[in-house]
Amino acid sequence: MENLGPLSEDGLVCLLNHQGEVLQDPTFSPYASHLTPEKLREFWHDMSVLRAWDMEAMSLQRQGELGLWVQSYGQEAAQIGSGHALRDPDFVFPSYREHGVAMTRGVDLPSILRIFRGLEHGSWDPAEHGFHLYTLVIGAHALHATGYAMGMDRDGLVASGDANKDGAVVCYFGDGATSQGDIAESMTFASVNKAPIVFFCQNNQFAISESVTRQTNIPLADRAKGWGMPSIRVDGNDVIACHAVTQWALEYARAGNGPVFIEALTYRMGAHTTSDDPTRYRTKADEEYWIERDPIARLTAYLDSTGELSDEFREAVAGEGKALGARTRESVRGWSKPATLEMFDHVYAQPHSTLQAERAWFERYEQSFADVEAKN
Amino acid sequence: MSDVANNATGTTTMTMAGAINAGLRTAMERDPKVLLMGEDIGALGGVFRVTDGLHKDFGDDRVIDTPLAESGIVGTAIGLGMRGYRSVCEIQFEGFIFPAYNQITTQLAKMHYRSQGNITLPLVIRVPYAGGIGAIEHHSESPEALFAHTPGLRIFTPATPQDAYDGIQQAIAAPDPVLFFEPKARYWDKGEVNTGAVESRLSDAAATIGISGARVAREGTDVTLVAYGPTVRLALQSAELAAQAGTSVEVIDLRSISPLDSDAVVKSAKKTGRVVVTHEAVTTFGVAAEVSARVTEQAFFHLHAPVLRVGGFHTPYPGATFEHEYLPNLDRVLDAVDRVMKH
Repeated sequence: MENLGPLSEDGLVCLLNHQGEVLQDPTFSPYASHLTPEKLREFWHDMSVLRAWDMEAMSLQRQGELGLWVQSYGQEAAQIGSGHALRDPDFVFPSYREHGVAMTRGVDLPSILRIFRGLEHGSWDPAEHGFHLYTLVIGAHALHATGYAMGMDRDGLVASGDANKDGAVVCYFGDGATSQGDIAESMTFASVNKAPIVFFCQNNQFAISESVTRQTNIPLADRAKGWGMPSIRVDGNDVIACHAVTQWALEYARAGNGPVFIEALTYRMGAHTTSDDPTRYRTKADEEYWIERDPIARLTAYLDSTGELSDEFREAVAGEGKALGARTRESVRGWSKPATLEMFDHVYAQPHSTLQAERAWFERYEQSFADVEAKN
Repeated sequence: MSDVANNATGTTTMTMAGAINAGLRTAMERDPKVLLMGEDIGALGGVFRVTDGLHKDFGDDRVIDTPLAESGIVGTAIGLGMRGYRSVCEIQFEGFIFPAYNQITTQLAKMHYRSQGNITLPLVIRVPYAGGIGAIEHHSESPEALFAHTPGLRIFTPATPQDAYDGIQQAIAAPDPVLFFEPKARYWDKGEVNTGAVESRLSDAAATIGISGARVAREGTDVTLVAYGPTVRLALQSAELAAQAGTSVEVIDLRSISPLDSDAVVKSAKKTGRVVVTHEAVTTFGVAAEVSARVTEQAFFHLHAPVLRVGGFHTPYPGATFEHEYLPNLDRVLDAVDRVMKH
């Protein structure tokens, strides 16, 4: 068998190419047939608003309002397409760049910035949104996702035939994570337990500065064969294909057939984070090649060609992006530092004598300054 | 397990392994969400037979032989915990806990904190630990201090069958993650176990310690000898010999390492003015150092002598032929008692 290498674009599932032309796939086109022009406009809306918001967050970091920012720039199709395949009973375990998926799960985007402003480590209730907190230790959450899926199976929430009840887990991670032992162990536990989980790998080609060729010399999707689970390699910048393959995978998992592995080949158009400098390790030509494959541009081209993207709609979406940006700015600048004693909260669910003693001491210590001030 | 009921006292004679087994059984009968996960814990009953018979009675769904992957055991138990399952994970030997160290310290310990209390993870990780059984490499170590240094975890270690029986049930019932260190050399020691409801035996300290705090294992007036898990029996034997030589030693069994029940230790230290701490773990940066620091901070002006530590040396755990000298023994503990008595 010819070794195609991890960056090969041959054989990717693609339903909308980068010229904006619709392609047919015997397996996956049926999973896109329900996408009405209205639904496609919704995808376009979400991707556009997400990108505008992402740029706003970037500016806030540059202005010193955030300690760090992690852009989703370039990965909008993979995130919005797959996110829209999810239903209420499903549960997501993101890594830390899945702002687009967060959006589809109803997480208020500005609230994500509380983490990056250093106010807390998790800004939403995972159970409320079916969307777990971000995990920064690469790959660690895949085991939680697998255990959660095993729990859903135990709880009878898989293969019952009731569409309102059956669910699955989607676990997002990147190409770098596939080298972590926890990903391998997750795939082992998921396959032997036939857990209802979709491993969704966004191969954005970089683990900070390291090319995916430092992680593998075969397409990442091929790794799934070793665990006996079906895998799909999809054009990660094609929102329609990303949606269709995720829909297929979720149906497979919800029906009790076990795990699926999806590799979405995309490109991190921005830096790893605001602390990174991609000019040190990739070329302008490479970036330009992928700008031509911009996930939003191709959907714009398609909707333009069918006359389904009116000027009024575009303007309304641009206005919404601006309004969200303004609300985000206002929120971020308005967040004040929490009371210092809050750093002692929630370490344990039950009292812990060491922590209680330290908290009490620190409270007296802080109070001693207030007492001095009161005297002066 | 061949437990012997004693009708006269209302107790049952059990080994520590049998007591943990009985405690697990009781917890599983009480709560269908309690699962056991680990390597060889099913048909085999665990390499130490602590889960003997549970697979037969509770089946594959409740007693799970997992893939041979410690990070995977703890990591998937976290996910199951998010769905309300209370997994009791067995790590076969303490030397094999390190593949799971990342999951325990960066994930399990922090989840309640980082989720601002939205997620509680009531997991128990059972760890057979410590030496004295003539084992090969990685089968005799005492890594408890590495976990005691991590906020978010609770650490408990029983020294008697009764505390093993009670402690495992309290650990399972606790809403926080608990590392339950089992002194493997004491697995076959027998003791009387009251199997009545565990709640009736909770100490007052349980309200702040979470699970039972320290206990005075033997009262004395001249020296406080602090021990836990595998060294409690050694401490009691040392106290007996010291008494024959005219020195009255009070033995404190910590039971809980995190939180550390420093009130109990400080109270005893103020009474005796002399403290020796003994554990099998490497002495440097260990639990004894923490006990010593707290006694110094809270009872300095009551002390007649420096606090002394008797523990493992700053070497990897040596080959089994060295372990009598490597581990704290009667001679080394009594030597420390003599040294504090000279002041």
